[in-house]
Amino acid sequence: MKVAALTAANHPIRKWRKFKESAIEAALFLAAASSVFVIFGIIFILVSESLPFFGHVSLVEFLTETEWSPLFENPRYGILPLLSGTLVSTMIAISVAIPMGTIIASYLSEYANEKAREILKPVLELLAAVPTVVYGYFALLFVTPLLKTFLPELSGFNILSAGLVMGVMIVPYISSLSEDAMRAVPNHLREGSYAMGASKFQTIFRVVIPASFSGMTSAYILGISRALGETMVVTVAAGLQPRMAWDPTQPAATITAYIVQVSLGDLPHGSIGYQSIYVAGLTLLVITLSFNVIGLFLRKRFQESEN
Amino acid sequence: MADAEQTNDPTKSKVGESILTDLVLSSIRVRKWIDFAFMVVGLLALLFSLITLLALILDLVRTGGPRVSWDFFTSFPSRKAMKAGILSAWVGSLCVMAVTSLCAIPLGIAAGLYLEEYSKKNWITTFIELNIVNLAGVPSITFGLMALGIFVYGLGMGQSILTAGLTLGLLVLPIVIVTTREAIRSVPNSIREASFALGSSKWQMVRHHILPYSSGGILTGVIISLSRAIGETAPLITIGALTFIAFLPPSPVNETFPFVNFQWLTEPFTVLPIQMFNWVSRPEKEFHVNAAATGLILLMMTLVMNGIAIYIRYRFRRKLKW
Repeated sequence: MKVAALTAANHPIRKWRKFKESAIEAALFLAAASSVFVIFGIIFILVSESLPFFGHVSLVEFLTETEWSPLFENPRYGILPLLSGTLVSTMIAISVAIPMGTIIASYLSEYANEKAREILKPVLELLAAVPTVVYGYFALLFVTPLLKTFLPELSGFNILSAGLVMGVMIVPYISSLSEDAMRAVPNHLREGSYAMGASKFQTIFRVVIPASFSGMTSAYILGISRALGETMVVTVAAGLQPRMAWDPTQPAATITAYIVQVSLGDLPHGSIGYQSIYVAGLTLLVITLSFNVIGLFLRKRFQESEN
Repeated sequence: MADAEQTNDPTKSKVGESILTDLVLSSIRVRKWIDFAFMVVGLLALLFSLITLLALILDLVRTGGPRVSWDFFTSFPSRKAMKAGILSAWVGSLCVMAVTSLCAIPLGIAAGLYLEEYSKKNWITTFIELNIVNLAGVPSITFGLMALGIFVYGLGMGQSILTAGLTLGLLVLPIVIVTTREAIRSVPNSIREASFALGSSKWQMVRHHILPYSSGGILTGVIISLSRAIGETAPLITIGALTFIAFLPPSPVNETFPFVNFQWLTEPFTVLPIQMFNWVSRPEKEFHVNAAATGLILLMMTLVMNGIAIYIRYRFRRKLKW
């Protein structure tokens, strides 16, 4: 009797249970949606705090002026010096991280045995776990003096050692993701390649890497966005001087370093200096997000052609 | 039999073709050599990364090791390098981490649960997933800018421990979500079906089966995200963390009613990485020693946390064979 009553659809216990289930689902949904709020919060605040800035400074001046000195008496608002610092440091980091990451991924995926991989991969990932301010210390007080023995004209603060250290820091991001992608390549492709008489080296570069292209691309893109957004290494080791920085042995400032430098001082809310860090942040966000979108697009294109 | 085969082999019968064989053999040798050389290059690249890590650790130990003492932990920062310590920094780190955990862990696990167990395949879900991927790619400093605009000025929370904890919580949220999803995905469907067959509701199934079975993977993600948060510097500088703090936030536990107070949440703060940044950016060598000591402590904390995470992952992978 009781069981029959319980199974009736409109029994209060059943109703309560149904209500509870949907309440839980709604709460979980809100938690999942919070990431959307965060992204929109970031975009909203960066845009709304930047808009007044462009009331003072024209977009043309912002993009073409070659001096950045918002806090000086004769302020100049050209993003190019900061952009050049960011690009040069990213380029140095990437030219270390992409070759090394790819080679290490190939080694771990194609040469190393299960046991070696189980040990080496987590140890390598520790490189990405070291706090970035510690890397800044390392770049300034270890790598720069070391490089000075080869390059005596190197400045005490320089973008070269910051970039190199960033590169090593990014290696595990690239190698781990690339290795996952390479290992996901089905074995029959490798066997087919060997059967055609290809060597291991040829198989890696002509079969495995092209076949894992979409995964490798996302690994590279992640590495590039890390390098673009990296802050503490360049703030500590590259010297905070916004100027057109094509010479990596000289000090320079990146977009991120500028934001930190300004935040360390006490800027009144709403001043143009305060707005300038939002403009810098917005520029950075636009660059990194467009990289992410390109990566997503490439991956989609490639996955479609795979199918 | 073998002789007959050999004489029938056309490549052996003519001189010209034996030269060809030699060429093939030497080309094979060259290619084998290239294979081997590439392996050596791979090992060297790996070794180079590991040696860099080792050099970093050894340099910190050599420079900062002697400075780490009981006094270093129990002294406030000071203008005299030898008297300075990290008391306010590690207490600040601890408080901020508490807020970060309370924000990121429930939110991240709930989001992961929703996306794996509840979500339907529709555009909302796709949109949320896309956002999480993008969120993981947003530079950490923009989280600081967002927090400065929304938490500090918009909501008037000030440059406080609460603001810092929430900022870092949102920053590491994607890590918790992604690892939670991976852990939940590894629970086989038969478990879910068995639970439903016994009449449990969805939440009962999740609560009694999915969560316990994926707890190892979730814990790994939580530890890794906290180790990331504890070393994060830039967003906290952006929201205006102070670099010189010579007092502690009030204790969260009182002797009188109501025994707990939340005043510590609204206090200004400093954390270990900011303290280190402050010392490393000074010109005096003595402060660099302090920076190295702080860096050593910070590095040890993150390495130990990551070590625990690796161990848990390893243990769980061995124990659970579905």
